[in-house]
Formats: sequence, C-alpha cells, structure tokens
Amino acid sequence: MGIIRAVNLMFDYIRRDEESEKEEINHALRGVSLDIDEGSFVAILGHNGSGKSTFAKLMNGILLPSDGTVYISNMKTSDEEHLWDVRKTAGMVFQNPDNQIIGNVVEEDVGFGPENMGVPTDEIWRRVDQSLEAVGMTAYRLQSPNKLSGGQKQRVAIAGVMAMKPRCIVLDEPTAMLDPNGRREVIRTVHELNRQEGITVLLITHYMEEVIDADRVIVMDEGHVVMDGTPKEVFSRVKELKKYSLDVPQVTELADELKEAGMDLPDGILTIEELVDRLVPVLKKERA
Amino acid sequence: MLRDITLGQYYPVDSVLHRLDPRTKLFGTLVYIVSLFIADNLFAYAAAALFLVTAIYMSKVPVKFMVRGLKSIVFLLLISVSFNLFLTPGTPIFKIGFLQMTWEGLKFASFMAVRLIFLVLGSTILTLTTTPNQLTDGLEKSLGFLKKVGVPVHEVSMMMSIALRFIPILIEETDKIMKAQMARGADFESGNLIQKAKAMVPLLVPLFISAFRRATDLAMAMEARCYRGGDGRTKMKPLTYARRDRLTYLVYLMYAAVVILLKVLL
Repeated sequence: MGIIRAVNLMFDYIRRDEESEKEEINHALRGVSLDIDEGSFVAILGHNGSGKSTFAKLMNGILLPSDGTVYISNMKTSDEEHLWDVRKTAGMVFQNPDNQIIGNVVEEDVGFGPENMGVPTDEIWRRVDQSLEAVGMTAYRLQSPNKLSGGQKQRVAIAGVMAMKPRCIVLDEPTAMLDPNGRREVIRTVHELNRQEGITVLLITHYMEEVIDADRVIVMDEGHVVMDGTPKEVFSRVKELKKYSLDVPQVTELADELKEAGMDLPDGILTIEELVDRLVPVLKKERA
Repeated sequence: MLRDITLGQYYPVDSVLHRLDPRTKLFGTLVYIVSLFIADNLFAYAAAALFLVTAIYMSKVPVKFMVRGLKSIVFLLLISVSFNLFLTPGTPIFKIGFLQMTWEGLKFASFMAVRLIFLVLGSTILTLTTTPNQLTDGLEKSLGFLKKVGVPVHEVSMMMSIALRFIPILIEETDKIMKAQMARGADFESGNLIQKAKAMVPLLVPLFISAFRRATDLAMAMEARCYRGGDGRTKMKPLTYARRDRLTYLVYLMYAAVVILLKVLL
C-alpha cells in the first residue's frame, strides 16, 4: 500500500447565486483512484480544467472530497484529528512563488512551518540549515524574498516544506510562472530531493519536458485519470495525448512523424540522444 | 516614485543595533520620540542629535538609506514649516499682505522641522535594523499582557508582518497596473491634485482584486504549512534580553535624564 491512496475521489465546485441557490455545479473530479508508492516521482499531466490542481489540494486536506477518501500514510484527510499530521506528512508547494512566502527574510520563512508545528528552537535552526542546504539557497538566507528570482523563491518555498520533514511533497504547477532557467532550477532541485532524501514527489504540471524523468506519469482529463504508466508508455501514445490537448516533447513528436512516414522507429522516444541512437542504424540500412 | 519608501525595508548588515532585542529598540524609539516632544531648547536638541548620530553610526546602515526615508515627508515638512513660520504671532521680520513672518515663528518652525526629521530618522533606524518579523515579535511580546483582556495580539502581529511583507509586492503591482493603463492612454501625470487623485481610482479596483486573490492563496499556503493561530507555536528566534540590551536600557535612562534635566534647568 502506497503513501498516498485516493479512493474514488469526487469533487464538485458549487457556484451559488445571490440567494445562495445552487446555480451551477462543476464536477472537477469524477471518481479518481490512485495508489502512489513511497519514494517514487510521479507526474500528473493535464490541460487547464482537467482537475489536476483540485486533486493536488485534496492531498493535504486543503479541500475535502465531496465523495471518496484520501489516505496519506493511512490517515484519512477528512479526519479532523489527523489533519495536522496529514499536512506534516504531505507538504505542498503552490504555483505563485510570491503568494506562499510568509517570512520577510528567507530563513524566517523556512522556519515558519516548524514554528507552527511546535518544534523546539534549536531543532528549528537545524532543520532550516538542512533545508536551505538541500535546495542550495544557504547563501541567500538573510535576504528578503522580494529580491530573489522566481526560481529562487520557489526553491525557498520548497525548503519551507522540507523543514517540516514531510515524507511526500505535492507540487502544484510550481514552474508555471517561471522562466525556462527558473523552471530547470526547480525541477532539478525536486529531483535531487527525491533521489537523495527519498521523498515521494507528486509533480503537477503541464510542461512535458518536466515529466520525462519521472517514474510514473498520470494523465488527467475532465476529472478522470485517462492514462497511467511510465513516461515511455505514456508518450508512445502521441495521438491519444493530442486528443487530451497535451503536447508531447518535440523529439517524441519528430520520432512519431518519422515513423508515420515509414521509418522503422520504436514508440516513446524521449530524448535527443535516444532518437539519434535509433536513427543512425536505420539511415545506414537505408543507404546500404 | 513609489519605490522610495524606506519604511519597512530591512537593511541586512551585522551591527550592534541589528543584534539588539527588538523590544529594546522599540522602547528606545518610544523614549526617543517622547524626548523629542519634551525637548524645547537648543541643548536638548543637541543631545537628541548626538543620540541619533551615534545610533546611525552604530547601525552601519549607509546614510543615504536613512535620507531616502525623508523624501516621503518633504511635503508634510513644507506645510508644517510654513504654517509655523507665518501663523505664529510675535515680533515681525517682514510682511507680505496679511502674511507675516515672525522671529517666534522662525524659531518654532525650525524646531518643528528638526523634530519631524529626527522623528522619521529615529523610526527609520528601527525599521532598517529590525526585520519586520522581529518587530512584530517584539510588539507581540511587549503587548502580550493585552491577551488577558481579550485582544488578539498574536493575530494582529501576524497580520502586520504579512502586510509588511506584501507592501513591496503590491507597490510593484500598482506600478505594473499603472503602466498597463498608461499604455492604453490613461493619464496619471497631468492635471491638478484632484484630477491626479481621480486618475488613481481605476487603479484601486484591479489592485484590490489581486490583493484578495493573493490573500486566498496565502491563507491556503499558511494552512498547508500547519498554521493554526498562536497556540502551541514555538519560535525560531525567541526573544531574550542579553547584556547589551540591559546596557542599552541604561543608555536610554541616561539620555532621558539628560533631556529632562535640560528642560527643567533651562
């Protein structure tokens, strides 16, 4: 049994008019079941409105499901008594780097989580040191967050979650507001945490490049899980992905077009090196 | 123009003032402000100036950062100086129409100007050497006794520190909205004061909407990091008085004594 288990999750957003009558019900999730193994790196893909962000917010009790249950290391998120343990276990990083930094100095922000948890002072300092080191932001610890770049702010936010010693981090489109450099910075940091600290990562994104190194890719559409597998498995189904308004990495798309044109290439090529390796023998054979 | 506000901007260097307990600095600022209103002769002001210069020197903050804070009060300064200058009765220096400038007015006006400048500089030192979080921590602890009568001290101090954190962000946002509206032909520069103020109104709506959106996000982020009010919370930087704080209080005592003595004796 995995660290995160979602059983038949439903979630409705209800819009009410002035007389608080139900006006419109928007089914964001329509029965999602997932089981995520401890220590794995899982990416969730989906275009806008696919329900992926809602799913993320259900993971640590920020939203509670309309129906179904989420278990975080066997604790129900809907149990009031476990709420804080759930939030300690599953940390969360949000999209907008500015709107999740509370402290006016980097190190104070990183210490915010442990302070709330009632961790003793010297332990807080130890955790802040470690977390800043882990995301490579130690040099900026006394700076104001306003002076940092987007990528750096997001790394501070990750450090803030790390200081709570979670077993799992949920990142809700952490790179959506960053430039390409900041994006690489953040994704690299997350991968390092996953590998070195063994933290389970649930990365929600719509950038294909960020998911090729994941252990598992889950595609959501209209509140359902529509694809689930290794990046290779998922990206070999180019046509299907396009149907869900998702792009595939450029290389994968090129390989797919070449295959359509009659070349002997396998499905699900994810990197340039891989394509070159496959392409060279094919071309040699054709020339011969 | 919006970026010139120094208040609430911490200047990170390591100095004795930076290391003082925020409560000490808060109390010092209070003593200083009170002393400025007690002082009514040149010697007392000299003492205040000495106190201020020493503090600035010890803070290791470049003087230009201090002076930057003064820009925001230039207008206020001009108004209060001219009122004092022209509306104080006494021996006239010269007369234009019904306005007359008097020696007494000159004296009052210069004292008033010095008082205002010292006041702003004094509080700027506090905010430049103390992170807003320390500041609110200091306030929270100094005013902790109010909790017994039901004042939500922790909540208020948390609100203050969040407000301080978002001031630069909202200022930047205002700048952005202004530029976006200017690009579509809005005019913030020309016209008299009232017209300028009116031109600002369309800024408020988008600014408020975005502030509310940020507030929702922030509340969510705080909850996700286990925030649940002040109960059971520990501190990363708990406030404790050190020797230097006790010494500083001694300095305050001496300073206050000097100012009061000068007032009584002269």
